[in-house]
Amino acid sequence: MLRLGRSSKIVLGVIVGIVLVFMYVPLALVVLNAFNSSRIASFPVTEFSLRWWEVAAVSEPIRAAVLNSVIVGLGATVIALILGTLSAFALSRFRFYGKQTVNLLIVLPIALPGVVTGVAFSNTFNSILEPAGIQIGYFGMIVAHATFCIVMVFNNVFARLRRMNPNLQEASMDLGAGIGQTFRLVTFPQFRTAFAAGGLLAFALSFDEVVVTIFTAPPGVDTLPLWILNTMARPNEGNLVNVVATVLILLSLIPVYISQRLSRAEEDE
Amino acid sequence: MPGTDTTAETTAPDAPSHETAGVELRGVTKRFGDTVAVRELDLTVAPGEFFSMLGPSGSGKTTVLRMIAGFEDVTSGSILLDGQDVTAAAPFDRTVNTVFQDYALFPHMTIAENVAYGLKVRKTAKDEIARRVGESLEQVRLSHVADRLPHQLSGGQRQRIALARALILRPRVLLLDEPLGALDKQLREQMQIELKQIQREVGITFVFVTHDQEEALTLSDRIAVFNEGRVEQVGTPREVYEYPQTAFVASFLGVSNLIPAELARELAGADGAISVRPERVRLAAVDSTRAPDETSVVGTITETVYTGPATRYIVTTEFGLTIIAERHNDHAPNDTAPYRRGDTVRVYWHREHAALVP
Repeated sequence: MLRLGRSSKIVLGVIVGIVLVFMYVPLALVVLNAFNSSRIASFPVTEFSLRWWEVAAVSEPIRAAVLNSVIVGLGATVIALILGTLSAFALSRFRFYGKQTVNLLIVLPIALPGVVTGVAFSNTFNSILEPAGIQIGYFGMIVAHATFCIVMVFNNVFARLRRMNPNLQEASMDLGAGIGQTFRLVTFPQFRTAFAAGGLLAFALSFDEVVVTIFTAPPGVDTLPLWILNTMARPNEGNLVNVVATVLILLSLIPVYISQRLSRAEEDE
Repeated sequence: MPGTDTTAETTAPDAPSHETAGVELRGVTKRFGDTVAVRELDLTVAPGEFFSMLGPSGSGKTTVLRMIAGFEDVTSGSILLDGQDVTAAAPFDRTVNTVFQDYALFPHMTIAENVAYGLKVRKTAKDEIARRVGESLEQVRLSHVADRLPHQLSGGQRQRIALARALILRPRVLLLDEPLGALDKQLREQMQIELKQIQREVGITFVFVTHDQEEALTLSDRIAVFNEGRVEQVGTPREVYEYPQTAFVASFLGVSNLIPAELARELAGADGAISVRPERVRLAAVDSTRAPDETSVVGTITETVYTGPATRYIVTTEFGLTIIAERHNDHAPNDTAPYRRGDTVRVYWHREHAALVP
């Protein structure tokens, strides 16, 4: 163990304090201003009220945006879970020609700038599919999100499968279980926490994605991040955004909690 | 060849009388890419036999076991179980079960669930599962750990659970892949005895893979000695130890003094190379009288090694040949060795105590 002197402890403590202040004061301001009765965010807040909460509760655009975000997020997550898991199995279990290339192609979308992905999809949808008479619309946005969500599932599941004892599956088959039973009773339980964690990450990634969404959202369709971006640009509705942001802060604690539970369950195993 | 003792003595009156089967390999070859792991192997394991496949790592013994289990396809040849060709059968369609080297217990299931697994996937009735799991855990004396997870068990306990999990299905043949390899020496010796007892109780064929020659000698009815994908010799422990058919078998099982053909002819009038075990080699003073049925050679002790129960003498003889002699320390404990390093001695053995290695 590294032993620190009294003075270095104090200095480090101050630095930690400053960092935490910079991280959390802006968030605190968001929460505070969600209860601000004025039109724009301010500090100090002169008058508290639930006015913007009432507006938010009945706002049709917000409801539509939340619904869109959830649909797109779930759609992209489902695609990512299926394709990410399948590719993780292929790459961890089999040797084949071009394996490294496939690996790179799966991981690449997360490294590509969102702008590039967005332009690429937009071009494909508008200049190729559209003239060919294929209206990909909403589904196109889901597919675009799925491209970078796959990596989240793939990375998690792949890492787990590589650590898994291959004898377990052989033992299961040896004891009379078929391929389906072996997957359900032995293989899947071995990587289900990684599977769930990958799914959570994929959903989170899709839920607050802005750049690719701008390029691929059909006209008139807003996801929550797009709605926030548009509303921020409008005058006098700043605190409505703060209400939505506060709800999102609370909601995002759920996956954090779940993932911590999952990793703790992991350590127990 | 003397017949192997295949009749299982039923020790406990309520011991389950399991059906057993023999295993036969006919011309089995296994290739992995360009490497040949097993070549043209013919092997017959009798029903109820404790059969060991002994050899160094990479000799093909584990591959053979995995082919019997159905984890590896054979490249050519066929595998018969109880006279039935199972070459193409999937692992779950074979009446054999395996105890893995690392036990391969399912880490997310309790011990009871692990043992119950094979019955569960066969859709056995719940109360029957409970009854048989209970019996099975009792057989390995681990009823008290039923609700624990595998990682909470010691190595020896895990080993016994792996055994119980495989035996609960009443396989006709049990395959064991170096099951004692991960245990320390004392526990291993204890488990050897237990394994032998369990085999006698259930009376089924055990096919046992090991690289430990002592283990193979201790446990087996018969041993197949593997080297580079071939079987060098099959026989009872006594046969392979006392009458090694090849130089490899002579040197892999225990310590052996191998005397090359030319020298053997000159020294003992033998028709080929001979092998003589250190415990059969005696030491005597150079001027002692030589009996007519002895093979004798003079040399200098270059090293003495005290190993507790015995002392080993390494003697360099006049022909540049090194002979190892082992002498039981059956004299008084405070008595030091009668021969010392640098002494010139006569080493000799009874002519019939040397085995001709063809």
